[in-house]
Amino acid sequence: MTPVILLTGFLGSGKTTLLQRLLQDPSMAGAAVLINEFGEVGLDHHLLDRIDDNVVLLKSGCICCTVRGEVADALSNLDSLRARSEIAFDRVVIETTGLADPYPVLQTLTAHPVLRSHFTNGGVLTTVDAVNARLQVEHRAEAVRQIAAADRIVLTKTDLTEPGEDQALRDRLTRINPAARIMTTEEPVETILGGFGPAAFAAALVSHETHQCGPACDHEGHHHHHHNAHSDHNAAHHDEALGVTSFSLVIEGEIDWTMFGTWLTLLLHKHGDRIFRVKGILALEGEDRPIAVHGVQHLVHAPTHMTHWPDGPRQSRIVFILEGLSPEQIRRSFAAFTGLSGVRAAA
Amino acid sequence: MCSLCGILGCDDHWTNAIARPGVYTRNHDMPARRAEAARRLKAANDILSYRRVKLDVWQGRSYVVTSPTGASSVFEALSHLWPEAEALAGRDFDPLDDALISWMEARGDA
Repeated sequence: MTPVILLTGFLGSGKTTLLQRLLQDPSMAGAAVLINEFGEVGLDHHLLDRIDDNVVLLKSGCICCTVRGEVADALSNLDSLRARSEIAFDRVVIETTGLADPYPVLQTLTAHPVLRSHFTNGGVLTTVDAVNARLQVEHRAEAVRQIAAADRIVLTKTDLTEPGEDQALRDRLTRINPAARIMTTEEPVETILGGFGPAAFAAALVSHETHQCGPACDHEGHHHHHHNAHSDHNAAHHDEALGVTSFSLVIEGEIDWTMFGTWLTLLLHKHGDRIFRVKGILALEGEDRPIAVHGVQHLVHAPTHMTHWPDGPRQSRIVFILEGLSPEQIRRSFAAFTGLSGVRAAA
Repeated sequence: MCSLCGILGCDDHWTNAIARPGVYTRNHDMPARRAEAARRLKAANDILSYRRVKLDVWQGRSYVVTSPTGASSVFEALSHLWPEAEALAGRDFDPLDDALISWMEARGDA
């Protein structure tokens, strides 16, 4: 299976600059690149030094709907060329437009009857412009969805910000997506790209548990541990301006996979358009190893078996990023459907 | 083939991708497969009975949901269960609805 890395981020947030840098790294020599551009004339590809058979320009503009077919066609075409030994590549990078919701592309990878046997989700990398991020996330829903879908958030233009601004932004991004790792473009390429997958995923969930808030973070997790486990209605990150809430279900006891799958499928069927992200590490009945589940809106990726539990307590944890839904109601629903009593909502 | 969207092999639901007896063992270990299928039916029927809708396997390959008035609908992939069940019941199944949660809690306590 060839990993597909989705590079997304709002207009002008530095996606192409980051892509240029990534492609210069020797580890990316075998990457094929799909570039999508919004507007009548594509420009971004002219900014890339590397124009070869492995760079495909998607011409249909907005990626939201129509280009899903084009992404599928482009990937199928790359795969056919590789099968005929006309090109070689070991991973694919798709650069979306600045206005794209990453969900349709991820869904294409998972649902396409042919592509899903050849390509796998290699992670979502979202660039965030440290100077303009505040305005973008408050006024553009696309920017929030891109951040919520991220496995990695790469802060750009940090050299143009005042001291202290970065930390405030990091805290805010953590409120929107507590499970993503945040880094800057100065990090080495292997740090930016390395370790996608179940191990990094578990590490992100665990580091979220021990997240240290800065002064600008209104995360109330510092306090809620003193509350009764079932009544901590503040046990969530909530960004008032955006209406985005993130929280975790922390679950004692082993989960019945069948009922969990039925519940999550029903939850996403009814409310998937308001659930930007679900990420979880689960202790299942009859399984020694933890299972990682990972979903974006209505889409759930195939769960993966992890090799071992990360350090810390062996308990299930599911992070939700959503808008307009009550964490307490989700906690109650989960407990009622799975029959587990030790379920609490935590920030 | 999926009867709704015409895509081959679309019953590749995410819940299938787990190494558990009866899930990966598609061509052997029939008892484990039957046990897993029975578990899925029971989990779905626990919820569907809230609106007196019933799910069953149809001819070993598809599924059928039946309403209390006897109306039924056949579909091929479990991923279509909830839209089919809601259409048949004429009402939705909202896992965040207080009444449904209370009903599930009461079943758990019984």
